[in-house]
Amino acid sequence: MDFQLSPQEEKFRDEVRSFLKDNLPAQGEKRPADFLAQWNAKVREKRWVGFSWPSEVGGGGGSLMEQVILKEEMARAKAPGLGTCFMGLAWVGPSIIQYGTEEQKQKYIPDILDGAYQWCTGYSEPDSGSDLASLKCKCVREGDEYVVNGQKIWTSIAMWSKMMILLVRTDTEVDSKHDGITCLLVEMDSEGLEVRPIKNMGGGAMFAEVFFSDVRVPVENRLGDEGQGWQVTVSALANERSSIAEVYGLRRKMDELEDLAERTVRAGQKAIEMPSIRRRLQRADIRIEAMRLNGQRFLTKQLRGDPLGSETSINKLHRAALEVEMGELAMEITGSASTLMRGSDVAPENGRWADYALGWPEVVIGGGTPNIQKNIIAERLLGLPKD
Amino acid sequence: MNFGFTEEQDLLRAEVRKFLNEKAPLEEVRKQCESEEGFDRGLWKQMAELGFAGLTIPEIHGGAGLDLVTLLVVLEETGRSLFPSPLLSNVVASQAIQRFGSEAQQARWLPGFADGTRLGTLALLEEGDDLSPDGVKLQAKKDGEEIILTGRKLFVPDAGNADVFVVAYRLSSGAEEVGLALVEKGSAGVSAADFAAMDLTKRVGSLELNDVRVPSDQLLCEGGPAWSAIQSLVELGAALVTAETVGAAEGALAITTSFAKEREQFGSKIGRYQGVKHPLAEIYVDIESYKSLVYYAFWALDEGHDDAALAISRAKAYASETFPLAGINGVQLHGGVGYTWEYDIQLYLKRGKWMRPIYGDADYHYDRIAQLGGL
Ligand SMILES: Cc1cc2nc3c(=O)[nH]c(=O)nc-3n(C[C@H](O)[C@H](O)[C@H](O)COP(=O)(O)OP(=O)(O)OC[C@H]3O[C@@H](n4cnc5c(N)ncnc54)[C@H](O)[C@@H]3O)c2cc1C
Ligand SMILES: Cc1cc2nc3c(=O)[nH]c(=O)nc-3n(C[C@H](O)[C@H](O)[C@H](O)COP(=O)(O)OP(=O)(O)OC[C@H]3O[C@@H](n4cnc5c(N)ncnc54)[C@H](O)[C@@H]3O)c2cc1C
Repeated sequence: MDFQLSPQEEKFRDEVRSFLKDNLPAQGEKRPADFLAQWNAKVREKRWVGFSWPSEVGGGGGSLMEQVILKEEMARAKAPGLGTCFMGLAWVGPSIIQYGTEEQKQKYIPDILDGAYQWCTGYSEPDSGSDLASLKCKCVREGDEYVVNGQKIWTSIAMWSKMMILLVRTDTEVDSKHDGITCLLVEMDSEGLEVRPIKNMGGGAMFAEVFFSDVRVPVENRLGDEGQGWQVTVSALANERSSIAEVYGLRRKMDELEDLAERTVRAGQKAIEMPSIRRRLQRADIRIEAMRLNGQRFLTKQLRGDPLGSETSINKLHRAALEVEMGELAMEITGSASTLMRGSDVAPENGRWADYALGWPEVVIGGGTPNIQKNIIAERLLGLPKD
Repeated sequence: MNFGFTEEQDLLRAEVRKFLNEKAPLEEVRKQCESEEGFDRGLWKQMAELGFAGLTIPEIHGGAGLDLVTLLVVLEETGRSLFPSPLLSNVVASQAIQRFGSEAQQARWLPGFADGTRLGTLALLEEGDDLSPDGVKLQAKKDGEEIILTGRKLFVPDAGNADVFVVAYRLSSGAEEVGLALVEKGSAGVSAADFAAMDLTKRVGSLELNDVRVPSDQLLCEGGPAWSAIQSLVELGAALVTAETVGAAEGALAITTSFAKEREQFGSKIGRYQGVKHPLAEIYVDIESYKSLVYYAFWALDEGHDDAALAISRAKAYASETFPLAGINGVQLHGGVGYTWEYDIQLYLKRGKWMRPIYGDADYHYDRIAQLGGL
């Protein structure tokens, strides 16, 4: 057991730190108007966007350990993200790198790295959520084109995306529902494709229904082979669940929650000194630390050459529970003012925490619900019979 | 970055597990803990010969001179099999001497610990069940170079079997006016006995001292340094307990899981029902999580890292809150047979009750975290 960095890793860490020192304005210091644009250009130039991707496709070719160091240092410095094409970087890009043709790589990867536009993910359907492999969105090949008819739902940022990674059913005569699924890369401005935003319970509209009527997609936009869509997706979903990154966001939120409890005075007492609040904050804090260390334990496994499997569900479950609990804590800390939304003059931090307390479904339901994660653990790690 | 064990440590784990599976399966454990002493001296001697008893004792004093991470491997296995032995108490006592004793004291006491012939334990708590400096009330009178101790220690692990007690005493009323001394069971005025306790695999008792004269060469430390010594022994104890807990929890999960794969109701293995599989998955998530906290804490202890104490308190708080539930859910998921004396899951439930308060419950460790500058 050894948590020390090697001299080479330390050198890389120092490089990241000195970059941050030179390029990130100190906390509280005013950022120039073009700060974000400049930041994006600089981290792109360092090849820290897509840092884990092979250098042939324009990635950073960073080792697993360097990726962790980079993310850790960025999070610690509260730096903006690396790159702006969220889903492109998280799973579309890796899927294209793994399954795409040379042309697809050249066409899409640079744009993902540059954040030229957004990608969205068309997996879920009204009748296929947890049971994703039962999806029905119909697709038939006609010459050099696929013709798609059907519906997707819960498609995050569909209305702001230029491209979609889409799962369709090309074959209904299959023994296993996992066969006969194909993955397509679709232009959102295709004829016959209609996006209808859905308002969520927080009042915003981040996701949408997407309707396909005779949408024609060139065959060259197929990712992987026909019928190979499930495999393409599974590798992408594994990317989505890879656990290291998510801890940092939670840690930052936790720090802010602590601040909130420190600043909020209730009946003459700081909220952080109320024993019931304090214990709950502490309990959440320990779980985030456990997640961080779980991530490092899984990382060790990866460094030893074993791919990550179902253990990523462990941190996914923690995260789901924590996002709900931390939202509830913010409510308890702020008391009567907790339910006031943006625009009320006494809303704590202009309603930010009220928004937060309504935002957990994105990580609790999106990407597989807690029940599904528990099934994964029970069946794949404990060997219990499938239900 | 390496969050794993060395090849030697993996081999050691295999060796300990084999030893325990062969010599101390649960039916054997039951017999051992119902015996007079509550453990098997013969097996303990064999363990000592294999080097397990003196694992962390320096080689010049007859031990193996290995680190705490290596001991962690052994403790996970003794925990898994609920092996009744004085190992945990012995490590705390021998580490007290190793860390705070003079060269002469180490040379005098440690070889007996290393070869398994001497058993020791920390006698800290008293009436009031208070792990703060105020909790140490046992009175010491100075008499020249010697001290004379009078009072009663409670909740002393393995009290009945210990040959030597690391006793915390009070010199005067100042907060940290305390000291640590070695008291032999054979000295005049010493009596120790075990209580009737819930977890038969773990003995716990009391130590009574009546005008016990302690010679100067048995005094370890006094004043501020003594309080930090006591504090660090509580930390060590908490770490050792959580290491055993990782193994014990995996044991509880394993027998409940295999029960769920066998037992049929409503025409199917009960392990197919989410009412059964989901609590098992939750137990698994908790075990894996405090396991990470415990592993890191042991590494930090070995390295003398400045967040070691914090790491231990996090691990103990998490484990104290969740391991008892593994036993309770384990029994519940067994149905009626879980409630019987015959089925083994009840043994794990009781281990959960034992581990919750020892070397500080969750509440104590949450307060410690705050004291140490954590949240
Ligand atoms: C904010 C947000 C963003 C999203 N973004 C996207 C996106 O960009 N692209 C995309 O394709 N999808 C997206 N999703 C969809 C998401 O993946 C699905 O909502 C999720 O997989 C659950 O599917 P469902 O909503 O159909 O619920 P269902 O599958 O119908 O589940 C309903 C309830 O039943 C439970 N349940 C279902 N099956 C079982 C079982 N076998 N055992 C026990 N319990 C079960 C579930 O746990 C859940 O509590 C998003 C969802 C949200 C909330
Ligand atoms: C103290 C005590 C006194 C009792 N007294 C009497 C008495 O006087 N007379 C009498 O007739 N009986 C008595 N019983 C028996 C009692 O009713 C049964 O133990 C109980 O019904 C459970 O049955 P079981 O023990 O066979 O467990 P099982 O049915 O085998 O259940 C084992 C576990 O599986 C779970 N499980 C089973 N099926 C499902 C499912 N479909 N979905 C989810 N989970 C499931 C259960 O919840 C349980 O956790 C007594 C039991 C106890 C503990």
